[in-house]
Amino acid sequence: MKQEYTITVYTENQVGLLNRIAIMFSRRKINIESLNTSPSEVEGIHRFTIVINETEDVVRKLVRQIEKQVDVLKAYFNTNEEIVWQELALYKVPTDEIAEKVKVERLLREHGARAVVIRKDYTIFETSGHREETDKLISVLAPVGLIEFVRSARVAIIKESRGFHEKLKEFEETEPHPSTRENEYLDRGEDVFVM
Amino acid sequence: MDTALSTSPATATQQTRTISGSQAVCEAMVQEGVSTIFGYPGGAIMPIYDALYGYEDRLEHILVRHEQGGIHAAQGYARTSGRTGVVFATSGPGATNLVTGLADAMIDSTPLVCITGQVFAHLLGTDAFQETDVINITTPVTKWNYQITDAAEIPEILAKAFYIAGSGRPGPVLIDITKNAQLQLFEYQGYKPCHHIRSYRPKPVVRKAYVEEAARLINEAERPFVIFGQGVILGGAEQEFKAFIEKAGIPAAWTILGLSALPTDHPLNVGMLGMHGNYGPNVLTNECDVLIAVGMRFDDRVTGRLDKYAKQAKVIHLDIDPAEIDKNIKATVPVWGDCKETLPMLTALVQQKAYPKWLEKFRECTKSEDEAVFQGELHPTSDKLTMGEVIDTLNQITHGNAVIVTDVGQHQMVACRYAKFNQSRSNVTSGGLGTMGFALPAAIGAKFGAPDREVVAVIGDGGFQMTLQELGTIMQSNVKVKIIILNNNFLGMVRQWQELFHERRYSSVDIQSPDFVALAAAYGVSGQSVSERPNLRTALETMIDHDGAYLLEVMVGKENNVFPMVPQGCGVAEIRLK
Repeated sequence: MKQEYTITVYTENQVGLLNRIAIMFSRRKINIESLNTSPSEVEGIHRFTIVINETEDVVRKLVRQIEKQVDVLKAYFNTNEEIVWQELALYKVPTDEIAEKVKVERLLREHGARAVVIRKDYTIFETSGHREETDKLISVLAPVGLIEFVRSARVAIIKESRGFHEKLKEFEETEPHPSTRENEYLDRGEDVFVM
Repeated sequence: MDTALSTSPATATQQTRTISGSQAVCEAMVQEGVSTIFGYPGGAIMPIYDALYGYEDRLEHILVRHEQGGIHAAQGYARTSGRTGVVFATSGPGATNLVTGLADAMIDSTPLVCITGQVFAHLLGTDAFQETDVINITTPVTKWNYQITDAAEIPEILAKAFYIAGSGRPGPVLIDITKNAQLQLFEYQGYKPCHHIRSYRPKPVVRKAYVEEAARLINEAERPFVIFGQGVILGGAEQEFKAFIEKAGIPAAWTILGLSALPTDHPLNVGMLGMHGNYGPNVLTNECDVLIAVGMRFDDRVTGRLDKYAKQAKVIHLDIDPAEIDKNIKATVPVWGDCKETLPMLTALVQQKAYPKWLEKFRECTKSEDEAVFQGELHPTSDKLTMGEVIDTLNQITHGNAVIVTDVGQHQMVACRYAKFNQSRSNVTSGGLGTMGFALPAAIGAKFGAPDREVVAVIGDGGFQMTLQELGTIMQSNVKVKIIILNNNFLGMVRQWQELFHERRYSSVDIQSPDFVALAAAYGVSGQSVSERPNLRTALETMIDHDGAYLLEVMVGKENNVFPMVPQGCGVAEIRLK
């Protein structure tokens, strides 16, 4: 069954790596719903957050292929239950319209939004949250004339993760600790031997 | 140059000196123990060729006739020598001509380092003359690639390139160097070979528990079956593999890239897997109770339809690449790691056994195949020569000691089925990608990789015409390869499929050929053409005895088919004998 998976990839900060990772999806004709690259908690280590809609089997194989890339340190995949995530959205609306027709204060409170810019001609609101939440604000603002809308890629934190600092130390050893090379498959011994 | 590694620390501590990026490239080659480079010069790589001129005593450069020929030659070199093949090419078309070879090396796990020239860094992205985005074009077909724009990066990046190409599951690496970096002078601090990259794990750690579990399954098995691939050869684990199957007493069959890892005459060698493999290994895949896959990746040409493949069996999968586990076939027990390490661990735990009844089943299958296929192929009653009898006669002359390089198509399947091998690294073929035109240049490289061995290229009339310009390389560099063209005046494999699955609608398979012998003569290569059975042996002997390159054209039956065959979309047990 297909469902939303968030793939987190820790990488070196290398030119061309975005393409190397992106084509692994397009080669399999998998659409990337959202992609974000950012620094991670560790200096010099980059973090990709990629959202796709796929079956667990496809995601598992894909993540192994990603992890195989030379400049990739580690790749994880998680369902929505296993992560906390946010998306940021910006809304540009005509100031006069909005001032006349919308109870701005209530709007900001209800949607956790704030005004980033207020000019005579337009105002920009910002909010963050899940897709449904940022969508809801569109539906409120659309009737008064939404000039522009943009939503960022998903950023996600894995609930169980204890960060990458310790793991990186192991990676930096010439002969890494066996657990560095762990994999969800080998670590779930009891599942492996179901015959 | 084999001592390069041990002498390098001294080099590393020597005083810094000012050299050009191009010299640093040549230094890296020397330090990595490279002796042969296959390449073709051009505008954007001229500084490197200029530096190479000063390294003529240490680095042999083979001028090929096309960059694709260069990379296939480097593949052939890597396959027979076990070392990393090196290719030089210029920017733009020079670099794009490498793409087929990169894809071939990627899918067949062949270690290569390709150096391409690139336009000056300030011209990148301006559609400059012979500028192409090589890095992005080659990303899906390289294990790693990198663009150098500053000469100071060259020593470290090339060290990484050789380390990545040759370690773990090997593969091709491409390094693109802009012309300014080639010309730039910098403070060279010596060459330090690379042994560790923090983000790169060449091999997974072996988990003892899984080896133990695998051994338990093997010890409890009644009809165990081993299938092996190139991983055995790449891991240099031929002896460990033989020791394993001999102690466990398990029959073993090979993929075409695993061919020659186990001598043909070994009593436990039961033959070839896959679409045109032997009858027994295919049929009995679906009768074994434990299937032990060693260094192979369950390619679709091996498995046929996955939902009809070994459903009854527990699968033990030994592989160095974690991404191969469960990719096509679900493993009951994954044994990750270099099989050079895992096989001896497994051997220590398995019981000394033999399975005479089970082995007898393979013999019975061989008997059926003999009646239906071997007899007609090896002892034909028709006047027309068969591909099989050519290979069989060659076996009798070379006694299985030759390196056989094959192209792609019917002759490839026949050569793999019937050629005899006594030692490893003797079979060079384009397995995963199926690249027509591979054999002639690959044979050139194979000869440089194994100069003391007889190298025989077996090629079809179609494939030969894809890269025949490499006869020029053979002429110029005096490469003593033997070339057999099995000429059926057809693109035989496509024609076979058209006959069997497209109602004999022979669409564009009737290929005309030049006078191959005259063509070879124009390149100064001796040769002859045979079509009569009585002349075959003498012609092959003449070819082998000839001191120098030789081209033998053998006219074979026009509409012969390769059997057995697992038709596409069928299970392995549905293999057809005719």
